[in-house]
Amino acid sequence: MSLVNLHQVHKYYGDHHVLKGIDLDIKAGEVVSIIGKSGSGKSTLLRCINGLEQYQQGGITVDGKEVTTDDIQMRRLALSVGMIFQNFNLFPHMTVGENVMLAPTIVLKKSKAEAEATARAMLEKVGLAEKFDSFPEKLSGGQQQRVAIARALAMSPKVLLCDEITSALDPELVGEVLKVLEQLAKEGITLVLVTHEMNFARDVGSRVVFMHQGKVWEQGDSKTLLSNPQTDELKQFIGAVL
Amino acid sequence: MLYFSDLLQYSDVFLSGLKTTVELTVLTTILGVALGTVCATVRQYGNRASQRVVSVYVELIRNTPFIVQLFFIFFGLPALGMMLSPWQASMIALTINLGAYSAEIIRAGLASISKGQMEAAKVLGLNFRQTLTRVIFIPAFEKIYPALTSQCIIVMLGSAVISQISVQDLTYAANLVQSRNFRAFESYFVTALMYLGLSILLRFAFNALGKRLFAYRTAN
Repeated sequence: MSLVNLHQVHKYYGDHHVLKGIDLDIKAGEVVSIIGKSGSGKSTLLRCINGLEQYQQGGITVDGKEVTTDDIQMRRLALSVGMIFQNFNLFPHMTVGENVMLAPTIVLKKSKAEAEATARAMLEKVGLAEKFDSFPEKLSGGQQQRVAIARALAMSPKVLLCDEITSALDPELVGEVLKVLEQLAKEGITLVLVTHEMNFARDVGSRVVFMHQGKVWEQGDSKTLLSNPQTDELKQFIGAVL
Repeated sequence: MLYFSDLLQYSDVFLSGLKTTVELTVLTTILGVALGTVCATVRQYGNRASQRVVSVYVELIRNTPFIVQLFFIFFGLPALGMMLSPWQASMIALTINLGAYSAEIIRAGLASISKGQMEAAKVLGLNFRQTLTRVIFIPAFEKIYPALTSQCIIVMLGSAVISQISVQDLTYAANLVQSRNFRAFESYFVTALMYLGLSILLRFAFNALGKRLFAYRTAN
């Protein structure tokens, strides 16, 4: 049974045809890396899955429910889809703990004690338990991104979308974030990542989806696809990034 | 020669004028900023029609003199059957004046918040109202706090005009006293000092409030 399903999804920005009929099926527990040149539609695809972008044709379902940008639908969707952004997007006026507790308290209506226990557990998981009372701007980029992961996890999502989450980080901080993702993958959480980290895609990911010109150009098992690409475009892309 | 002691017998007049000015300032600051916040939110996030309504209001107020607005409300509206006391008319005039100016200031603050903050709140499942009150407002107000508080003080000083419709504020007291004892220099000098003191006090109060609201800036 598929957790996320896209069927012939088309997306336009005005006259610009960004997604040209995407078919994609993601099962629970998969770690799917979406790779491709910038402008190939990777991030747009991800943002369509959680309703941040509207698509014009086709259908997307998450956990059997249709995805729309309708407000109420979107809030229901937020309970099953978590998202982490390139720029962290932590709330600067709240402590790390408050960032993680916010949605569980006001969306899931958990008690403060319960939300705090969850928040502490999630921060522990990303290795930042001691930063509970710090403000985001006092943290490094890598730490901020780990807090963002904890914040998403606190809502116990069925699938976690990661939009180039290491691209804004200094090279020496990328590792700590990827290590957390690897841990999550081992625990069986479903991950869909737009990424430029080919090593991570190959070693941790279960599947790689290569996007080109708004289409799923080639996809397959991560190890075989990256070592044995079929299309010229993917060969060229791998040659360029490795 | 100057005779400040001649003012002493009128200290009650000055104090009651001061009280009226302070009361009106506190009330209109709260109501005006609230009105400005609503208008800024509509202008930033509302639909086309509601944005237009707010724009008309804001531009109407920002492009006409305050005293004309005041006179229109106090002398003009009774023609439509709306009789207001001088105090009520002043309250309304000051509030809609601050509302319009603060709307533009607050909108600048809202516009300065990155789209990512809104999206982060959205994907966590917060509704629009929760997103505004929990996520957007505090950082937005922090960005424009100095400009906003200056505008509040400008409105407080501008409230001197309401003495023209015989609201017994501080300026009214000064006018009254100097018309009784002809000590114009002394009377207006003392009044100016009282306005100055009030401005300084207001700035202190705003700074203290700002330190509480935006504590995260200075924490750990």
